[in-house]
Amino acid sequence: MSFYDEMWVNPGVTKPAVRSHYQAFESWLKEQAFQDITHKREEAELIFQQVGITFAVYGDQAGTERTIPFDIIPRIFPAAEWALLEEGLRQRVTALNMFLHDIYHEQNILRANRIPEDLVLANTQFRPEMVGVDVPHNIYAHIAGIDIVRAGSGEFYVLEDNLRVPSGVSYMLENRRMMMRLFPELFASNRITPIAHYPSLLLDALTSAEPGGVDDPTMVVLTPGMYNSAYFEHAFLAQQMGVELVEGSDLFVKDNYLYMRTTRGPQRVDVIYRRVDDDFLDPAVFREDSQLGVKGLMSVYRAGNVTLCNAIGTGIADDKSVYPYVPDMIQFYLGEKPLLKNVETFVCRRPEDLSYVLANLSNLVVKETHGAGGYGMLVGPYATKKELDTFSSLIKADPTRYIAQPTLALSTCPTFVEEGVAPRHIDLRPFVLTGSKRISMVQGGLTRVALKKGSLVVNSSQGGGTKDTWVVS
Amino acid sequence: MLSRTADHFFWMARYAERAENTARMLEVSYQTALLNTIDQYVEGNWRGVLEISELSDQYFATFARASATDVIDFMVQDPDNPSSMLSCIRAARENARAVRGVLPTEVWETLNGTWLDMNKMLKGRVLQKDPVRLFDWIKLRSHLLRGVQVGTMLRDEAYHFTRLGTFLERADNTARILDVKFQRGTPHDSAGSQVDVSAEFYYWASLLRSLSGFEIYRRLYRDAISSRAVVELLVLREDMPRSLTSCTGNVAKMVASLHDSSSHTTVKMAGRLYADLKYGSVSEIFATGLHGYLETYLSRVNELGERISRDFLVPFK
Repeated sequence: MSFYDEMWVNPGVTKPAVRSHYQAFESWLKEQAFQDITHKREEAELIFQQVGITFAVYGDQAGTERTIPFDIIPRIFPAAEWALLEEGLRQRVTALNMFLHDIYHEQNILRANRIPEDLVLANTQFRPEMVGVDVPHNIYAHIAGIDIVRAGSGEFYVLEDNLRVPSGVSYMLENRRMMMRLFPELFASNRITPIAHYPSLLLDALTSAEPGGVDDPTMVVLTPGMYNSAYFEHAFLAQQMGVELVEGSDLFVKDNYLYMRTTRGPQRVDVIYRRVDDDFLDPAVFREDSQLGVKGLMSVYRAGNVTLCNAIGTGIADDKSVYPYVPDMIQFYLGEKPLLKNVETFVCRRPEDLSYVLANLSNLVVKETHGAGGYGMLVGPYATKKELDTFSSLIKADPTRYIAQPTLALSTCPTFVEEGVAPRHIDLRPFVLTGSKRISMVQGGLTRVALKKGSLVVNSSQGGGTKDTWVVS
Repeated sequence: MLSRTADHFFWMARYAERAENTARMLEVSYQTALLNTIDQYVEGNWRGVLEISELSDQYFATFARASATDVIDFMVQDPDNPSSMLSCIRAARENARAVRGVLPTEVWETLNGTWLDMNKMLKGRVLQKDPVRLFDWIKLRSHLLRGVQVGTMLRDEAYHFTRLGTFLERADNTARILDVKFQRGTPHDSAGSQVDVSAEFYYWASLLRSLSGFEIYRRLYRDAISSRAVVELLVLREDMPRSLTSCTGNVAKMVASLHDSSSHTTVKMAGRLYADLKYGSVSEIFATGLHGYLETYLSRVNELGERISRDFLVPFK
């Protein structure tokens, strides 16, 4: 299979041509001694350790924190290409928010038969508790992380929409800081669009989502606590925005308002950027055994006295079985042609798709509809006979739990690995912020890279790394 | 500020201070042991270290004797000993990590760096090769941490809770060290032999050194070391940074600056404890008996700590 490479036009040939937006970087790279680069990489690793830019590994007995491998070759976009991508992302997120409002209210899209009714209403990600609830400013997905890949001859595809508690933005920001610290000369000679203002955009979007009638809303970031794998990010964002990082036990409900316990007595909370899943938010409504949430929160929410970002019930719009219908949503709500393509998807609940999937398993990537983090997935071409058989029976047992997609020829980007510089597959997660006044985003995102040769799995929990993402003008 | 956040600041400082005090105590005991040939005294010296920290029971559940190697190992790197230096640094770092969003980056990095480097040093067997180097290093990191806190933190509640934790822990530690050292007495007391001037000197010198008071003592008293003067310096002198009066005075000041409508009693309690020291005298202390005096002091500090937790922080469970 041949792949689109971000840096080289024909990576296979002896004298490949470098793409124009990579030219400045490439001539800089040529002048660097391999040893110096190796040294800088070690320095980066040390700094990440020292600064504590780490993630916790679940199931690791020692409770150790690891750093995510950081690659120093950036992934670069020309400004014009980025502008197209950004336009497509705004369109997509707008439609997704409209969809969420619709299915928890009129359900027009279901009545128009554009999406099968039971696909939505019988889905475990659909929250009946949210039906008829008016959320402030009708925004559901305040923060969306949309995974984008490039395939074939370089066209963009949306791989999945993350609308629950998408993470990774702290790495986007820290990777940039690291690059600026290690290679300041690169930033002097390239016109790289800054991204450091992301936390102010986030704060702006979140405060604008206040529940109504609050002049100076109090914002908090709700974390499951320091043993959560993304704790670094929670603390980082709270710090960058200058708001409190709270745990469920810091909050309580009184007279249908939400408060936090402070050294000076209770203080009202108006907006929660929550990094806790729906299921754990309120033990009175969802999981009773949850220690992470706040008893009575849902009732405060229903009364319109607090904003949850993202809203409860957004999971229905990022469910992988709903994903194939996003282009239809864009048509239905906006009357526009989708600017970003979906990856062709076989929905195993459809009998004809099911039989195709079972017959072509070794050519497909199979994913659990509610899965995340690269768990519970099968990459057909790299799977053993035994793995294929296991998945085959899993799918037959409960087809609704699975979707399948063709293995894409994901684009590659030159990456420093053991043997030197070699092409590795990448994806991209830009973050789209929706406030009551505007949709905003920085020009950049988190580029993840599969460090193993040939691997298409970029998740950090599966040994993936990250790169700085540049938009150059 | 969140009560839980204040609690983390308070305990971050307490644990870091505790690690430093353990290093001080171990260093002095180690140096003293090198100078002593009387086995009984050396063993007693190491038992003293365990008593100060109220860890005798836990230690003797595993070990039969208080040997230098075993006690040092237990007090430095035993992960099951919650008061070992390693456990204290870990706990200080965990508390810092829990509030890293509101902690100045420099403070977090100092603690995180200490944790990472300490593990590296222990792996490199520094403790076996040169324990004093490790003790000195921990003291240095603790000084650095305090310096970074004073140098970077906004003078808000977080700062006051951090300082409160430092001084409360230090007050407690100084009182314990004094109590055990005085009770145990000099080697000739226990051995019943004749007064040995040089043993006497090393005994007091080690006590003073463990509290950074030796050079100060020389400057202030220029005299042979006497127990009266030592007690005056370490209990009553306000200008001596690790004395009980100095620590208690700072505790009272911090509590007063944090006070709100619900904490009158706590403010009063801290102020009274400070006044008793400020206006106390050596004769009074010796009339009560130093051990009794320190015992009362320790229980008042403990009560104050509990009240602070109840008023401002996350109450003891």
